[in-house]
Amino acid sequence: MSAPPLLQIARLTKSFGMIQVLKSVDLDVAAGEVVTVIGPSGSGKTTLLRCVNFLEAYDGGSIKIDGREVGYVDSAGGKKRSEVDLASMRAETGMVFQSFNLFPHLTAEENVMLGPRRVLKKPLNEAREIARHWLDRVGLAHKAKSLPSELSGGQQQRVGIARAVALGPKILLLDEITSALDPELVNEVLDVVRQLAADGMTMMIVTHEIGFARDASDRIVFMTDGTISAQGSPDALMAQVSDNERLRNFLSRFSATTH
Amino acid sequence: MLEAIIYSLPYLMGGLGMTLLVSLIVVALSLVAGVVLGVGLIYGPLPLRLLIRLLTDCVRGIPILVLIFAVYYGLPPLGLNLSSFWAAVLALTLFKTAQVIEYVRGAVSSIPGGQMEAAKSIGLIFSQRLRYVIFPQAIRRFLPPWINGVTDAVKGSALVSLLGVVDLMTAINQVIGRTYEAMPLYVAGALIYFAINYSLSSMSRLLERRFAYIKE
Amino acid sequence: MGYQLSFTQIWHNFDKLWYGLILSIELALVAIAIGALIGLTLAILYVSSGRIVRAMISGYVEFIRNVPLLLLVYLVFYGLPTVVDIRYGAQVSFVATLSIYSGAYLVEVFRSGLDAVPRGLLDAGKAMGLTPWQRLLYVRLPTMARITLPSLSNTFISLFKDTSIASVIAVPELTFGAQWINNRTFRIVEVYAVTTVMYLAAGYLILFGLRLLERRFRVDR
Repeated sequence: MSAPPLLQIARLTKSFGMIQVLKSVDLDVAAGEVVTVIGPSGSGKTTLLRCVNFLEAYDGGSIKIDGREVGYVDSAGGKKRSEVDLASMRAETGMVFQSFNLFPHLTAEENVMLGPRRVLKKPLNEAREIARHWLDRVGLAHKAKSLPSELSGGQQQRVGIARAVALGPKILLLDEITSALDPELVNEVLDVVRQLAADGMTMMIVTHEIGFARDASDRIVFMTDGTISAQGSPDALMAQVSDNERLRNFLSRFSATTH
Repeated sequence: MLEAIIYSLPYLMGGLGMTLLVSLIVVALSLVAGVVLGVGLIYGPLPLRLLIRLLTDCVRGIPILVLIFAVYYGLPPLGLNLSSFWAAVLALTLFKTAQVIEYVRGAVSSIPGGQMEAAKSIGLIFSQRLRYVIFPQAIRRFLPPWINGVTDAVKGSALVSLLGVVDLMTAINQVIGRTYEAMPLYVAGALIYFAINYSLSSMSRLLERRFAYIKE
Repeated sequence: MGYQLSFTQIWHNFDKLWYGLILSIELALVAIAIGALIGLTLAILYVSSGRIVRAMISGYVEFIRNVPLLLLVYLVFYGLPTVVDIRYGAQVSFVATLSIYSGAYLVEVFRSGLDAVPRGLLDAGKAMGLTPWQRLLYVRLPTMARITLPSLSNTFISLFKDTSIASVIAVPELTFGAQWINNRTFRIVEVYAVTTVMYLAAGYLILFGLRLLERRFRVDR
């Protein structure tokens, strides 16, 4: 506990119109830690994740990565960072999306190269090397020249992961990355995430895969109604089930489907 | 300049009357022909479908101006004498009909095939199926583009001036010939066309929004 | 009414039609190139500007779309030189008119294309740290280009047909060539038959080529 946490979220609030989706959320993630956020839909977990790289602007509280406020020059509600400034902040966080969001006009390799080339300003050859390396890591070296439309959902999502890590982010944000996949394709994607975790990648994961959350994460955070209602190591969280009715209800819906 | 406009106003209004008359006849005739041929294109026997396809593709593939000249100059040697007015109306109607056929096809094909089957299953005959089941649903998809397409008839009608029909376009040129005030008159003419067509396209948009609210 | 078909006069003067056709295609090409430049610039301006700029762009688009092309051609060729001190030939005048005309249609094409780029792709661009200009250049424009390609093809074919209006100010394109031969030989039926076939053949050949091109660039193969 000597080094300060890599990601510090404090008293974070966020509303969409009249609806408050985040009500004072506090969460720290240490370097190398894998934190999984679970909770019923509408609990604010995806919004929380999207605030971390400022795809959603937060209203109050603060989010710091390596001690720097993410979206605002000073503090929330004040002056927002310039777009160029935001872009360089975002380059330090990688994000993988539920709907893949691969660029349809670029091949797998070009999708992964785009960040290194245009954001990190690497020369073409070096960017291609980086892309090849990461495509190889996700087991898709042979699909480098394929367009997204020629790949299966699982393959597309693995390219999505390669695209995110190719920038060498300090933290990787995964937003329900297996929700849009057919069941038989889920594991090939989760295996890649497990490997990244084993390599020490810091990750914040929003997921519905309770089984995966239990065996791959250092800590599980349970959100309801825009607040964190329970958290701890997987074992510690399971120990709280008897005291926390909402957690019990939430998990009971999965016990039938997860093994 | 103001004098010129006041002087020209009766001429322009007369021309505008002709423009509206031509547009109205074209729109009415093409609506009837387009709906009949559109239904033929969707439900007709194969030879009829091919024939209608060929007709619309040809009409849509050549400039309206060429269509107008072809009808006006081309029919008399073949033994059919039409006044310039009716030649222009016929050519524009051909052009508009091809358009209406496409609107009908688009609107009707947007209705799920199950509707026709359900209508059959309760024992309606073909004309009843169209009248009570297909058309009432298709009209929402048909009306907005059709009203918007009326602007094409109004704009296209300016071409009848090239056959000597005294429409708004001709009237503008005649007044310019007498007053030499080209720019103010062209601008005034443009504004008149704009006023008519913008009202039509606004109405189309309004209708589209209205229909968008109606639940499927 | 024994009208005897005879095409010899037509073949005799066929160069008037052939070079007319080529000029028609050239006019349409220049007009769509300039029009695309106008359209793309204004579309980008539209999606990134406030209410006043938007209203001005809409004003241009609505005005052009609701006035007959014939009137615009007259206005630019006969009207404009009476109030502004410029001199141009019929051909330049017509190309300018058709460019401004196509620009108005293409603003709409590009604007809806920009709107049709899925939000998730823009988020992905943001998430990887692309600046707004980079997102436009590497994500939004390439995606838009593929979405709008079919509309661009259709616009080009429309413009090709619209070039026939240039005949009213004596630009020697295909329709003018047809009138020229008609006035000298009176082979009315033959001239318009051949001209019609030329418009159809050229139009559908170009369209066929463009559709092949589109398929090469299709996103969802």
